[in-house]
Amino acid sequence: MMSKIRDFFNQGGLLLFALGRILAGIPIIIALTVLVFMATQALPGDAAVSYLANTATPERLAAIREQLNLDDPLWVQYFSWASDALRLDFGMTLTGETSVSAILGERIQNTLILMASSGIIAIPLSIVIGTYAAVRRGKIFDNVSSLVTLVLASLPEFVVAIFVVFLLATNIFQIFPAISFVEPGTLAWADPMSLVLPSLTLILAVTPYVSRIMRGSMIEVMESEYIQMARLKGLSERTVILRHALPNAIAPTIQVIALQLAWLAGGVVVVEAVFAYPGIGTVMIDSVKARDLPIVQAITLMIAALYVVLNILADIGTILSTPRLRTKHARKNDTSDVFAAMDGDQ
Amino acid sequence: MSVVKLSNVDIAITRGGIKIVEKISFEIQSGQILGLVGESGSGKTTVSMALLGHTRKGAVIESGSITIDGHEIVGADDKMLRSLRGGTIAYVPQDPGTALNPGLRIGRQILESLEKHQPDVDHEVHMARVREVLTEVALPSDTDFLRRYPHQLSGGQQQRVAIAIAFACRPKVIVCDEPTTGLDVTTQSKVLATIRALCREHGVAALYVSHDLAVVSELADDVAVMYAGRIVESGNRDEIFFNSIHPYTRRLIRALPDIAGRNQILGISGYAPMPWDRPSGCAFAPRCADAQSICSQSVPELTKISASHNVNCHRHKDSTKIVATARIERESISASAQPLLGINNLDGFYGSRQVLFDTNIHIQPGECVALVGESGSGKTTLSRCIGGLHDDYKGEISYFGNTLGKHALERKKEERRDIQYIFQSPYASINPRRPIGSTITRQLELFFGMKGSAADARVKELLDLVSLPHAIITSFPDQLSGGERQRVAIARALAAEPKLLVCDEITSALDVSVQASVIETLKNLQSSTSVAMLFVTHNLALTRSIANRVAVMRKGTIVEYGGLDEVFNSPKAEYTNRLLQHTPTLK
Ligand SMILES: Nc1ncnc2c1ncn2[C@@H]1O[C@H](COP(=O)(O)OP(=O)(O)OP(=O)(O)O)[C@@H](O)[C@H]1O
Ligand code: SF4
Ligand SMILES: [Mg+2]
Repeated sequence: MMSKIRDFFNQGGLLLFALGRILAGIPIIIALTVLVFMATQALPGDAAVSYLANTATPERLAAIREQLNLDDPLWVQYFSWASDALRLDFGMTLTGETSVSAILGERIQNTLILMASSGIIAIPLSIVIGTYAAVRRGKIFDNVSSLVTLVLASLPEFVVAIFVVFLLATNIFQIFPAISFVEPGTLAWADPMSLVLPSLTLILAVTPYVSRIMRGSMIEVMESEYIQMARLKGLSERTVILRHALPNAIAPTIQVIALQLAWLAGGVVVVEAVFAYPGIGTVMIDSVKARDLPIVQAITLMIAALYVVLNILADIGTILSTPRLRTKHARKNDTSDVFAAMDGDQ
Repeated sequence: MSVVKLSNVDIAITRGGIKIVEKISFEIQSGQILGLVGESGSGKTTVSMALLGHTRKGAVIESGSITIDGHEIVGADDKMLRSLRGGTIAYVPQDPGTALNPGLRIGRQILESLEKHQPDVDHEVHMARVREVLTEVALPSDTDFLRRYPHQLSGGQQQRVAIAIAFACRPKVIVCDEPTTGLDVTTQSKVLATIRALCREHGVAALYVSHDLAVVSELADDVAVMYAGRIVESGNRDEIFFNSIHPYTRRLIRALPDIAGRNQILGISGYAPMPWDRPSGCAFAPRCADAQSICSQSVPELTKISASHNVNCHRHKDSTKIVATARIERESISASAQPLLGINNLDGFYGSRQVLFDTNIHIQPGECVALVGESGSGKTTLSRCIGGLHDDYKGEISYFGNTLGKHALERKKEERRDIQYIFQSPYASINPRRPIGSTITRQLELFFGMKGSAADARVKELLDLVSLPHAIITSFPDQLSGGERQRVAIARALAAEPKLLVCDEITSALDVSVQASVIETLKNLQSSTSVAMLFVTHNLALTRSIANRVAVMRKGTIVEYGGLDEVFNSPKAEYTNRLLQHTPTLK
């Protein structure tokens, strides 16, 4: 893997490709700001009315309109919001006490910690389960894991969360806290126990999908002719699986992994709510309830941007793990000398 | 001593116990090459993989004995098989495009056999061997080449890498399963020369599997002919090619296109049965002209004709000699002022890439022009231009003097009717969800508004023309064999009563015996309906059996264009000469 990464950056063409993908992500992010902005415009009344609702007085309405520049033309509003947003400045919350960034800063880190701790376990775990099930196709492990993953995949994550709480926090064992209490001002890993149940829930939600895709991909590869060839070379089954099959099976799975990670970002809202985990999910729910528009906009935009980033990473990852694609994007002279060799062949 | 010895090997499908191959026995001495020939589905691959103790999923070696260099393979444990595979006995696959790992560099793929079978040797020594074996198969061996991935090589190079992998550990036996299918003749002849030289020099025993008798005749010392899972005749090369006794072997040799142009090719009607519906008695009986009642009652026993020559046929004493019928000379049709089809100064493109250069071909009514070239030479692009399926070209295609629209939709209905295109894969033109009869009647309705009983009668006529039974009308394409499907495609094209048939590699996916039948069908058509043809093929030998005139194409340019005898007897282009030399033939 290291040598692949080294190759990747040695080959200027690939770096260019990566840059190209990242640049292509920029208009998408900009389009997202438009969408998010437009979506909030579609709310009945304006932001001030919907925030204040029954408590609205002309003065308070005016104050908020002032804060959000609601009296400016739409496009001016958009530009001032979007240009600030791109600099990660989302303005003040409508309570007027703190800036959105200040509220979100810590929360985002907590959420990322939660996603990372679940991803780091869920992805290798799914690859191992999927691979092992494929290799043992039709045997007990395969049948059991197929059934379990199918059941888990069909359960909504709040059900999984409740089950996890039931099992490990309250009724059966009381090992982990059912509520993730994190001291304000500290990050989630200050108290790893608080991370266990939310992570576990997310792992249980993600692993079934990824492992099923991995299993399918691995089965396809194991039936290919080059695997048969590797066996006919006398290689041990271990070498056949680890060197010949696995790398070829992971490549097509990367896109699914990225999608699942992005999905984690959405699923995290529900899971955080169940465990009262202080991430952006809980802020999101609170601010939707309070109709605190700047926060809602900021979070929506960030989750959407995460999708874009993960997709870019997935594209690059797919190319890195597929030699055919990798070399296609490599330096030009590399391919031209292939054609020279092909001519010599005739 | 025989390095390879099979006796009475039966391989069966695990479920149901249906035998895929039965009573297979042969021996190979070191340094010798045994050619194993037979039609598709006869069990060649099954036998060849059994030599490495491998069977496809769902199949099992039921009984018999296979010894490789003194080791019994049948019933051997995995450890034993793994130490033999790749070390003592190596396999060269049919299609290196799918048999090389796309994710590993070729250096690694060669190296790993060495590391597995000679674990005590230093890395430098292994690397030296990797480079040496690459040189032996005439490939570059520099580090840059070792770091390539399979997709960065041409088909011929990939095949030679596969051979290098097989020879890396200096095996005693190699098994080659049609290693040249899909290669151009010139590349094929190089690959064959490589295999031959390596076997001779290093005393390697080889099993060479092929459906192409001509290739086997150039390479093998001994030949075994398989039909429907059994070896029906075996002997040394001359015994099989010049003194064969089994009716199937004899017919097979007659089905071979003869590049020398002495003989007419002759098809074998019908097709080889699948393992589950092989007839009892002699499996060839339904297709055999010599069959008698005993033939369908009992399986013929092996009879020794000479020390090396064995045959399994009830009529080994008096089977009919099939005398080669001399090729019917075709009078060349003289050029007229107004050819049926004129291709004038045609340049073909894919966007900015030019693939056809200043092409000129004229086809007279009733004439068959063969367009020959290696893969990628532009043959298909040209035929697609004619068929109105590719419109990215400059220049003119004229039909009886009138310029044709570039795209089929720009052409008049009559023009579309008169020029019919038959694809390499009949699936492209036959709807798989429609019975055969309705595929043809649709065509009749489209061009002639013909319906009902008139159409039904015409369908039967068309089926007769392409020698298909009427019962096929209600069949679906997937119930037919490749040859039958291809004939349906021809019948469908004929339904339009075309003046010109453009046949694009229509026999390349077919067995020789079926190919010969399809060619016979086309020839009969030509004399009975005087339809003109553009017959596109990569097989130069085949053109001798059908064409009046030959155009040889190389890299988008016509390098040779002339009457049949002219091209074959005094080729002008060096390239034609090279093709003629490299085309394998029975000598
Ligand atoms: N494991 C299996 N299960 C079921 N059928 C099988 C199995 N292996 C082979 N067959 C059938 O046995 C027959 C012989 O197969 P095999 O691949 O040996 O033929 P072949 O002579 O190599 O053909 P080709 O020239 O097309 O490669 C085919 O009809 C095939 O479908
Ligand atoms: S045994 Fe009978 S059917 Fe079989 S090949 Fe001989 S003559 Fe023909
Ligand atoms: Mg085969």
